[in-house]
Amino acid sequence: MSQLQHAALDQQGQYNQICTRSSSCPPPAEDSEPPPCPCPGHRSRTPRRKWQMFPGRNRFYCDGRIMMARQTGVFYLTLVLILLTCGLFFTFDCPFLASNLTPAIPAIGGVLFVFVMGMLFRASFSDPGILPRATPDEAADLEQQIGEQRGTGNSAGCSRPPPRTREVLINGQTVKLKYCFTCKIFRPPRASHCSLCDNCVERFDHHCPWVGNCVGRRNYRFFYLFILSLSFLTIFIFAFVITHVILNTDKSSFSSCFKALSYSLTLFCTVLEVVVCFFSVWSIVGLSGFHTYLISSNQTTNEDIKGSWSTKRGKDNYNPYSYGNILTNCCAALCGPLPPSLIDRRGLIRSDMPQTISQSNGTSNSNYTSTQLHSHTCDQDQCIQSTKFVLQAATTPLLHSDPIVLAPLPGKTTTLGGPCAHLAPTQPSLPSCSGDVLTLRDTAVDSHCHHHLYLHHHHHHHFVSPEETPCITPQGALPCPNHLHLHHQPHPPVPSPAALYNPASQDTLHEDSVRGLVKLSSV
Amino acid sequence: MQEKLQCSFCSTALSFPLQTATRFLTHSLQDLQQPAVSSKVFIQRDYSSGTICKFQTKFPSELESRIDKQQFEETIQTLNNLYAEAEKLGGKSYLEGCLACLTAYTIFLCMETHYEKVLKKIARYIKDQNEKIYAPRGLLLTDPIERGLRVVEITIFEDRSIGSGR
Repeated sequence: MSQLQHAALDQQGQYNQICTRSSSCPPPAEDSEPPPCPCPGHRSRTPRRKWQMFPGRNRFYCDGRIMMARQTGVFYLTLVLILLTCGLFFTFDCPFLASNLTPAIPAIGGVLFVFVMGMLFRASFSDPGILPRATPDEAADLEQQIGEQRGTGNSAGCSRPPPRTREVLINGQTVKLKYCFTCKIFRPPRASHCSLCDNCVERFDHHCPWVGNCVGRRNYRFFYLFILSLSFLTIFIFAFVITHVILNTDKSSFSSCFKALSYSLTLFCTVLEVVVCFFSVWSIVGLSGFHTYLISSNQTTNEDIKGSWSTKRGKDNYNPYSYGNILTNCCAALCGPLPPSLIDRRGLIRSDMPQTISQSNGTSNSNYTSTQLHSHTCDQDQCIQSTKFVLQAATTPLLHSDPIVLAPLPGKTTTLGGPCAHLAPTQPSLPSCSGDVLTLRDTAVDSHCHHHLYLHHHHHHHFVSPEETPCITPQGALPCPNHLHLHHQPHPPVPSPAALYNPASQDTLHEDSVRGLVKLSSV
Repeated sequence: MQEKLQCSFCSTALSFPLQTATRFLTHSLQDLQQPAVSSKVFIQRDYSSGTICKFQTKFPSELESRIDKQQFEETIQTLNNLYAEAEKLGGKSYLEGCLACLTAYTIFLCMETHYEKVLKKIARYIKDQNEKIYAPRGLLLTDPIERGLRVVEITIFEDRSIGSGR
């Protein structure tokens, strides 16, 4: 009896906390906990679409149709620069050029401008190829496999657990697949975890702040076409503005004050355009050239920076993904089939949907049993019709009528649970050495080229290879305070799922019966 | 009509007042329960051919008692072939890509990509396989697209004499 009482005391608090989520709660309980807000713009409503429960650090607009990274300031700067320069060009230079040279100039300029904006929006707003996080069952299965491997491979002398990697032979080259602690998956080859967006991205190229998104498998061609067309546009504007200036100096007339004013205004705009275009030409044309090289050799920026396939690593080192000739590589990158988004952000949340790993309990001691239990409770094939009549009377006064969605917790807190416990304390601040090296390994492999447009792109980067990094270096390897600031994750306003969902404390049968209780009460 | 389960962790909310009541009923519940999930098997990706979508055809030991090895391998091999068809680089995909580029990718507002068409085909195939082969043996294949093309999830249901599937 005392055990039951003790359990009741523990869980009564939980009961209250769960109760505050629902709409039909008694008012006093509601004030104790603020309703969860998984993402901006979503206020105290039951999440309907999957983007509202997305665990990464992306922002969604237009009900999930548009997705971007969290920091979008530089993207707006890009927009302003392009719109301003083009606007000035069309307003001040085009009338002169159209009348004096040919009207094809503004027409071509217009087409280029539309294409640039289209590609920019496509690159910025689409899913770069994010890999959804593992479901709890998958994660448990992997953990079990890793545990087995360690058990067999670990000799008596080994004190340190081996890193979680898998080796795979691709086209004769040995490639190491790394385990992502955040997403709980073994990353496919060429995938990488973006620390800014907190997602694993397929064929990860880099995180581009100018575009406000990661560049990966699904939007690389848009990014490339954007910078290519932008180079053409920049060169186009630069050339014709210079032409305008040259032609105008021949026939300058100051017959009236108004003409002089308009001339100086035009001159000012011209100078502004020339300055912007000059810097853009050098940086963007350079970047286009760099990416043309990457496409023709079928490499990502990430791989090029790491020198994964360079011959300096070894004589037999070659790129296993290359198709052999430049034309096929280019066609594959630009004209190949476009894979669909794997995250299904506009899909409706079903209450029987398995949670992703960030939303569920991940305590290490429960491992497979708890996830098995979890799968019991999550599976849509469970039905306990026969107890309906008996239990409904007992449960109706206690439970509310709203169906409770399976994944109500804020999706942003990705570091809850046992295996990930070491991530939570490290992320908001400069990490200490132990075990956190693993975290930084995952995050340090991203090549965020924040300044890549204005510096030598493939030489300046804040990237550190995990193999070369001793313990304390990661602190120095991330000099940008912005990075560390961005690593901060908000602590959950509600108690962790471990407190709310504690299957280890209840036996299986009890779970089943209580599960039926909840379901039937909501009928 | 089957009722779907609503919530798992809310079970903890129904703690003290109901624990005693439910413990009386668990005994009867156990008898009347329909097939429960016994375990799940995950077929991982096979990256030996590169980054294309391909699943391992190794027959997992948990399925030995339930299904033929050959049947299983045939299913996985067909899936692999379908995914290969979706990602194939050829004249048709290049044409589609170029056309899309020329129309600034607005053409995809009207028509769906080749990949999406093949994904629909795969969904139909999996449904068909489930109905004909896997469900009678108490297994369920989950479409890999629902797991982000990471795994083929096979749910194994407990073999109970009372329940007869769904």
